[in-house]
Amino acid sequence: MSLTGKKSKPRVVVAMSGGVDSSVAAALMVEQGFDVIGVMMRLWSEDGKEMLNRCCTPEQMDDARHIAAMLGIPFYVLDVKDYFRRTIVEFFLNEHGKGRTPNPCVECNRVIRFSYLYERAMALDADFLATGHYAQVLPGKSGLFELHQGVDSHKDQSYVLHVLTQKHLAHTKFPVGEYTKPEVRALAEKFGLPTASKGDSMDLCFLSGEDYRDFLARHRPQYAQPGPIFTAEGQLLGQHSGLPNYTIGQRKGLGVSYHEPLFVMAKNVTRNALILGTREQIGHDELTVRQVNWIAGAPPPEPIQAAVKIRYKANPLPAQITPLADGRAAVKFDVPVFGATAGQAAVIYQGSRCLGGGLIEDDIPES
Amino acid sequence: MIENPIYLDHSATTPVDPLVIEAMIPYWTEGYGNPSSVHHFGRIAKQGLETARRSIANLLNCKPAELIFTGCGSESDNLAVKGVMMAARAAGRGNHLVTSIVEHEAVLHTAEHLRDVHGFELTILGVDQFGRVDPQAVADALRPDTVLVSIMAANNEVGTIQPISEIGQIARQHGALFHTDAIQAANLMEWDMQTMPIDLLSLAPHKFYGPKGVGLLYAKTGIDMEPVIIGGGQENGRRAGTVNVPFAVGAAKALELAVKDRLSYIEHVTDLRDRLISGITAAFPGDEVTLTGHPTERLPHHASFAFKNLNGNDLIIQLDALGVSSSSGSACSSGNPKPSAILQAMGYAPEWCIGGLRLTVGKQNNKAEIDYLIKQMPESISRLQRFSELARG
Repeated sequence: MSLTGKKSKPRVVVAMSGGVDSSVAAALMVEQGFDVIGVMMRLWSEDGKEMLNRCCTPEQMDDARHIAAMLGIPFYVLDVKDYFRRTIVEFFLNEHGKGRTPNPCVECNRVIRFSYLYERAMALDADFLATGHYAQVLPGKSGLFELHQGVDSHKDQSYVLHVLTQKHLAHTKFPVGEYTKPEVRALAEKFGLPTASKGDSMDLCFLSGEDYRDFLARHRPQYAQPGPIFTAEGQLLGQHSGLPNYTIGQRKGLGVSYHEPLFVMAKNVTRNALILGTREQIGHDELTVRQVNWIAGAPPPEPIQAAVKIRYKANPLPAQITPLADGRAAVKFDVPVFGATAGQAAVIYQGSRCLGGGLIEDDIPES
Repeated sequence: MIENPIYLDHSATTPVDPLVIEAMIPYWTEGYGNPSSVHHFGRIAKQGLETARRSIANLLNCKPAELIFTGCGSESDNLAVKGVMMAARAAGRGNHLVTSIVEHEAVLHTAEHLRDVHGFELTILGVDQFGRVDPQAVADALRPDTVLVSIMAANNEVGTIQPISEIGQIARQHGALFHTDAIQAANLMEWDMQTMPIDLLSLAPHKFYGPKGVGLLYAKTGIDMEPVIIGGGQENGRRAGTVNVPFAVGAAKALELAVKDRLSYIEHVTDLRDRLISGITAAFPGDEVTLTGHPTERLPHHASFAFKNLNGNDLIIQLDALGVSSSSGSACSSGNPKPSAILQAMGYAPEWCIGGLRLTVGKQNNKAEIDYLIKQMPESISRLQRFSELARG
């Protein structure tokens, strides 16, 4: 920065976590000649559990600060605790109250990374926000940007990024998305960065390693009221211990006896009832998704053939997607899918390209 | 990377003057003995230490034996407040102390610790809208068992100068001791321990182009103090530990230069400070920015503002991205967006109390740097305002 205040090169704000992926992302941005600023968000954790959180512990902050210093870039910690609690934690709790199984990581990308952090970066006069996600932004037809899976299919994180819009993609970089994890490790070694990484955990960052049911019981005890268990036909089978304690597709630990295996099929919040179904009954060949984000900016004019992932780690399954009014879409699978869960994201792919996605609606039609 | 970063945080700390570094070097390389040792090397160190002490005594118009070298300004404050109260209790001379809500944590938290852990009685005085302690409030707070009044010379966060001569006189007339934390004001005011009603004075050389890691406490002859750091009998038994001779020598050199250059320094920083205040006031003509602290009774290098609905940490980051180093108030609490207790005590509404910004100029700053900041700030701040609106919603 000279005294004229003009940036001499494009500026990138890199979201750093202290981990190998975001560290390599920052190093690549420096190597590519950008004016790089490292930031780390301090997210919410329960009082006294800051050290147990899966992210942004004081130790990880020190790691990130140290890596930024090694790279010679400024580093700032942004305190997002209160905003995260008001948005993501509240969302997580409220969704469970509606009998849904939310994916707070998707919501966090929408509300925290690509809203709060994105806007904070733009306020710093940044041209780009970069993260350590395994995904790719590629130029598409007629000046549009496309979101693609990361080159490393095992690490691909495009599922949780399906909420991005053209505005975001124009100003977003995923520097490690074009590498495999082993290549990223090799790059870390080349840059002299620490290569140790924690095992991939599916735990939510703010649960401090605890089971989400215990967290719910502490914060929203009113959700865990015992109630009846019915079959899909309405036969009373017994009592459940509280709807949040069950997941869709769950078979074990239901405490009922029946002449064939039963699975959790649905949660009826109004009647506080848990509905069980047979293997046949819990499959769906159709679902509706709401709040659909089409990354291209608008829904396709005609129904399309694509593949849909109904969970982060699910395989994409072939389906026909028909855009509906009110930001919804109908998904018709070629063969029935199991475990479709209200509140989880259904994400649409054509090949490696992520077209967008939405949240699975509550009233999952029966097959 | 910022090529020419601009340092506007001289109340946090200052660069060490090359002449100070030059004065210190021989006491690492040649006179490195322990000043308590009898031998040749010890004598050289002892000579350096005592010359430094005499020099400082001369500059403050006090006796060398009235000066204690400590490890930092906070230690000087701790020793003054805790040392005096503990000794008074042991001698049965009283149990009460008076301080103010705008003191640095080194005084305020020590006083609260004495109250909460050791059972002393504490009166914490409030301030007016400019951050000033009313001398009459001090008079009203004094009791027969009051041992000590501790009021800072000038506030770190808003720069307000306290009426310490009046307060010191009131305390002394009542028979209480008067301590002042002069850490922010050492090179910006005149000090004379013979004429000023001060019994204990804390200084920190790193605030006036000396090294970090050394503090000074003046304690008038006859004041009984318990040590905070206990061990060998250094500093007349008032502060154990091998004295850091090079830093003591550096402290003396820094104070010598500060006193010698005081008038021209004050003129230089006042000029830049006024340019900063008028420039920022003109750049933000709306009601979203206000000058905090006293408009005239303030440290000559100190400009402080509050930005409505903004977060001081965000302000510092915005300015840093422009290449300007600033502070939200006390460097000790930066990065933690808690409302400022000082702005609260001055009566500011909550929407102002996390938006403090402190800009403190120094020797090496020039007009071009100030003008650069004033020119760049509005756009950067309006970007931050747009973000903050979104984050609040």
